[in-house]
Amino acid sequence: MAYQELIKRFDRIRDYMREFYVYGFKSREEYDRKSARSYDDERRRVESWLGDYMGFRQTPEGKNVFLSIDSRRSHHNPLYKAWKARSFTDGDITLHFILLDILYAPEIAMSLGEITGAIDKDYLACFESPRLFDESTVRKKLKEYVSEGLLVTRREGKNVLYSRAPEDCSVCPEVLDFFSEVSPCGVVGSFLLDREKEHTSRISFKHHYITQALDSEILCALFGAMEEKREADIENLGRHSGTPQTSRVVPLRIFISVQSGRQYLLAYHRPTRRMKSFRLDYIQGVTPREIAADFDSLRALLERMRAHMWGVSPQGSGGRTERVSFTVHLEEDEEFIFRRLEREKRCGLVERLDAHTCRFTAEVYDANELVPWIRTFLGRITELHFSNPSLERQFQGDLLTMYRLYGVEEET
Amino acid sequence: MIFSELYGVYYSTVAEILRAAVARPVTGEELRHIVETHAFSESVLTIEPALREGRWQLLRGDGSTPCKHPPTMPLTNLERRWLKAISLDPRIRLFDWAPGGLEEVQPLFTPEDYCLFDRYSDGDPYEDPGYIRNFRLILEAIKARRPLRLLIKTRKGRTARFRVMPLELEYSEKDDKFRLLTGGNPHATVVNLGRILECSPVWGPFEDCTPVAVDAARTVTLELTDRRNALERVMLHFSHFEKQAERLDGNRYRLRITYQADDETELVIRILSFGPHLRVTGPETFMGLIRDRLRRQKSLL
Repeated sequence: MAYQELIKRFDRIRDYMREFYVYGFKSREEYDRKSARSYDDERRRVESWLGDYMGFRQTPEGKNVFLSIDSRRSHHNPLYKAWKARSFTDGDITLHFILLDILYAPEIAMSLGEITGAIDKDYLACFESPRLFDESTVRKKLKEYVSEGLLVTRREGKNVLYSRAPEDCSVCPEVLDFFSEVSPCGVVGSFLLDREKEHTSRISFKHHYITQALDSEILCALFGAMEEKREADIENLGRHSGTPQTSRVVPLRIFISVQSGRQYLLAYHRPTRRMKSFRLDYIQGVTPREIAADFDSLRALLERMRAHMWGVSPQGSGGRTERVSFTVHLEEDEEFIFRRLEREKRCGLVERLDAHTCRFTAEVYDANELVPWIRTFLGRITELHFSNPSLERQFQGDLLTMYRLYGVEEET
Repeated sequence: MIFSELYGVYYSTVAEILRAAVARPVTGEELRHIVETHAFSESVLTIEPALREGRWQLLRGDGSTPCKHPPTMPLTNLERRWLKAISLDPRIRLFDWAPGGLEEVQPLFTPEDYCLFDRYSDGDPYEDPGYIRNFRLILEAIKARRPLRLLIKTRKGRTARFRVMPLELEYSEKDDKFRLLTGGNPHATVVNLGRILECSPVWGPFEDCTPVAVDAARTVTLELTDRRNALERVMLHFSHFEKQAERLDGNRYRLRITYQADDETELVIRILSFGPHLRVTGPETFMGLIRDRLRRQKSLL
């Protein structure tokens, strides 16, 4: 099939865009999951959508393609463009503009027959070889637009009359500028912004992760399951297996990280009777299933468990917790370190031992999740204890390796 | 459904073309200009022939259209539901927007459906009337290019007055704080909104409103060893920076990150958080910052 700029399915381009943006060091030959032709087409599409951000590097292994985006400088997420590249038929686009032109105001109400007649007579008759839209095609499109909320129907005798949905909600560009970047499913805000007259955004973003945009439809489907308190089958691509596994779960809450760019589904897994977390970018599909009668109690349970969750590990073995404790030293002008501990802790306790010493203590399901945060206090840690001895050994071993890597080990 | 042609670039571009054609026939040059401005870089290869050849019967040969009205589209259910969802966010009060017409709409998600689990806990007070008033005043002043007089509480607890030209608001999701980027005053180029005690517009001339030159971007080079899933964690963690990565061999990678000078301390601790899997290889000054911390640590533990 000849190359087309638009696409019918999002899943394949989702993988490529993530690879180009997050990694960007693979050569064409390394995209072995797909054919070379497929790679060329997807690369060309991404270049067409995001050419300003695309770069190339020649290496002995071949040409590497990468996307480099400083999200602090771009006021709007460029990856949203991929969601605006859905393909359609010639009939779809023709009918779209004609239907909304016929029903241009909410007070106009017409039957299927009247609309089909108007399409032929008032819109297509002027063309040399006019298209023919039969009533069933027009009915299908009208039905689709009713379900999308663009049109509404009412009955008049035997006739169903179609009209445009009333415009009863105004939007504000600044609201869209902000929430399209910080809100879940922000791409919808981007769709709304596209309707606005061009304007300059006055809000920029720091620490802004944009790859989450690629998981918008998965996120939306999970919100849908939660709204209806349903179980769902999630098709999950394991990090190591590479093949999707289907799990029946009760989706309970989305955990979004603003420090790592990851999003997780926290869900109850009935077969193992455990809470589990699933990376959204590994989920390939979501199928809603039956109502979960215990949804509310499971969500309440998850909320109680948060007192012992540093990240997204919801349960240790047998529900046991591990103790972590470390003490930091503050110099005279380093009160900000105490404030850092207070504002950055997600659970646990910060204590002031004296003017120059603070201690952090927590009981968590997975102490390993704290290790990266504890390392940010390197240079100030005077005591450190993990109830899990192997974790403590690993921490100390890593520290020795770091001393060696930076040549600090030999110094006296 | 999010992935729908209704929100697509082609539909919005054709809407622009028809908006022009309803007023008067569009020329080929005008059509191409609209496509180049609104669509993707290769879209002109599809949109123009489809309209000219009558596959999309929306434009006659002379560039006029049988459509009678400038195209508009009502909000979809998805858009209404998303607007309803954001109307439940406390930060919505910062904006002068009343979400009327959504009373009967079910939100796409609620605050109970998600959490930002690693966001810092001392975010700005979005429900404080004084903060809201300052935010709105600042946003209006940025749009009107009107200088502001600010009374600020400094980090050391003192107060200070500044006259500044507000240029842009910057929001950090991690800190959950807004900062005001300003021009015309080298002592207040970045102001935390949470520290503003008073804010009022300055009427009359304000000569110097140029942005104060910020330090040039800096680069740090890192070497990554892919153990314990470090590659994936590091690449995603630093993905919001402008960066380049290359494979050195087996499980070693080189990463170059471009950052702004005021982010340097933060970048140091973020690199440290990856432990021995991520090593700074240049420049020497940056390596020195890491080394200093490790030396201090070695003397303590």
